[in-house]
Amino acid sequence: MNVQEVRRRFPILDQEVNGHPLVYLDSAATSQKPQSVIDALDDYYRRYNSNVHRGVHTLGSLATDAYEGAREKARRFIGADSVEEIVFLRGTTTAINLVAQSYGRSNVGEGDEIVITPMEHHSNIIPWQQLAKATGAELKYIPLQPDGTLSMEDVEKTITDRTKIVSVMHVSNVLGTINPIREIADCAHKHGAVMVVDGAQSVPHMKVDVKELGADFFAFSGHKMCGPTGIGVLYGRKALLNGMEPVEFGGEMIDFVDLYDATWKELPWKFEGGTPLIAGAVGLGAAIDFLEEVGLDEIEQHEKKLADYAMEQLSKIDGVTVYGPEHRAGIVTFNADDVHPHDLATVLDSEGVAVRAGHHCAQPLMKWLDVTATARASFYLYNTEADVDAFVSSLHTAKEYFGDVFS
Amino acid sequence: MSSANHLDTLYRQVIMDHYKNPRNRGEVEGDKLKIDMNNPTCGDRIQLQMKVEDGKIADAKFNGEGCSISLSSASMMTQAVKGLPVEEALRMSDLFSDMMLGKDIDTSGLDLGDIEALQGVTKFPARIKCATLAWKAMEQGLNEEENA
Repeated sequence: MNVQEVRRRFPILDQEVNGHPLVYLDSAATSQKPQSVIDALDDYYRRYNSNVHRGVHTLGSLATDAYEGAREKARRFIGADSVEEIVFLRGTTTAINLVAQSYGRSNVGEGDEIVITPMEHHSNIIPWQQLAKATGAELKYIPLQPDGTLSMEDVEKTITDRTKIVSVMHVSNVLGTINPIREIADCAHKHGAVMVVDGAQSVPHMKVDVKELGADFFAFSGHKMCGPTGIGVLYGRKALLNGMEPVEFGGEMIDFVDLYDATWKELPWKFEGGTPLIAGAVGLGAAIDFLEEVGLDEIEQHEKKLADYAMEQLSKIDGVTVYGPEHRAGIVTFNADDVHPHDLATVLDSEGVAVRAGHHCAQPLMKWLDVTATARASFYLYNTEADVDAFVSSLHTAKEYFGDVFS
Repeated sequence: MSSANHLDTLYRQVIMDHYKNPRNRGEVEGDKLKIDMNNPTCGDRIQLQMKVEDGKIADAKFNGEGCSISLSSASMMTQAVKGLPVEEALRMSDLFSDMMLGKDIDTSGLDLGDIEALQGVTKFPARIKCATLAWKAMEQGLNEEENA
């Protein structure tokens, strides 16, 4: 993988911010988009914008082909058996909510258990809190090891025969932890529970096969993988999706409609009420093409190298604490003594370096780390070692700038 | 503008002084209003405590965690409103909001003191919410007190 060539495909990277070349280290929040994705959206709106699944006219067919073509790309990308198992939704949050509201409400009852972890993103906590409250089920947490990983011993102890749903993130958006989904899924299945996986931080960065992972449901978002905002995927095993009721009702998702009753379309359309996310799906399809062209294994290797390099550089700076395990994805979350993450992010931004500061939508994890906020640098295929150097140099600037305050 | 100069418009010396040596950090004795306020997008949180007597803010103190801007703003705010009639404190809060929006403000009859140093925050839109956190707590507390 030639990173300079990759960079040239992302027009946004070629700019200065506050008088410095942009160093974008916030891809875990949202990734940048290559020209091919921007072109795919532009082409759709310029050439064949039309509603899908209904028009007899030519543009309608082109739009339907592109929309359903993107579904096939998504299916292949994550190794699903059938396009019926690929539901286009707004993003990971919507996907997990659909599982909680549809599968959850029909299959979880009082005395049952839902098992998650304290490292989850709010989008994989709150839908389950709500489900637990509505059904009288118990929400249980698999505790974290001191380095922010899960031990299979704890997994085995937490999941019981009363557990109906286990939902765990594949890769932590804060710690970079890569969770042993296959082992957790095996344990869930042994007890008759379904395995839900939040793949928002894995699908963009590594080869994912939902069947190898043992996922019954798997959710991810387009905008974190070079695609547009407002499009995401819920994968669900066909047998499970077939048994589930839609949560949104209206146009597009119906079969027959009577005055007092209606029946639903087949999978996956019964979950896609309203005019679907056509442009988003087309953009996601282009993003998948792009990522496959570069190669997911190469992307993963590249990010791992950058994260290792960043960790090595950070370890040389006094007073910097990095959170999470040694073996990690391309996410480095840290704090610098005496400099609050917001102040740090402001100083970095003044030198063109974009990082995230705050709780990263993981307040329970912040509590576990015993901090109110952290700073996070996250890497993607277009980042370079020079980006890490600029980041580390800005970190020195911040420490010097604020160092005087407390000396 | 060099990045250090650019940063100096935000981190004025008086702000850093309040951050390093916060005024009125702690708890108010006796009967008091307690207002917890957090910034859900970033995790900053403060608790403001105020004692209102005879229509005046007799005492104001705060505790909490946050960045230099949110904590220095809380420090300056408590310093400025202590001893002020409730109405004037609310007027000051309105002025502060206007200042954060980059509007021209009429400070006649009110001494903003150190607070004017926070004007530079307007050049950093992402930080405005840090600066207004303590002020929102003050407003909420006084409005609840008035409506009680």
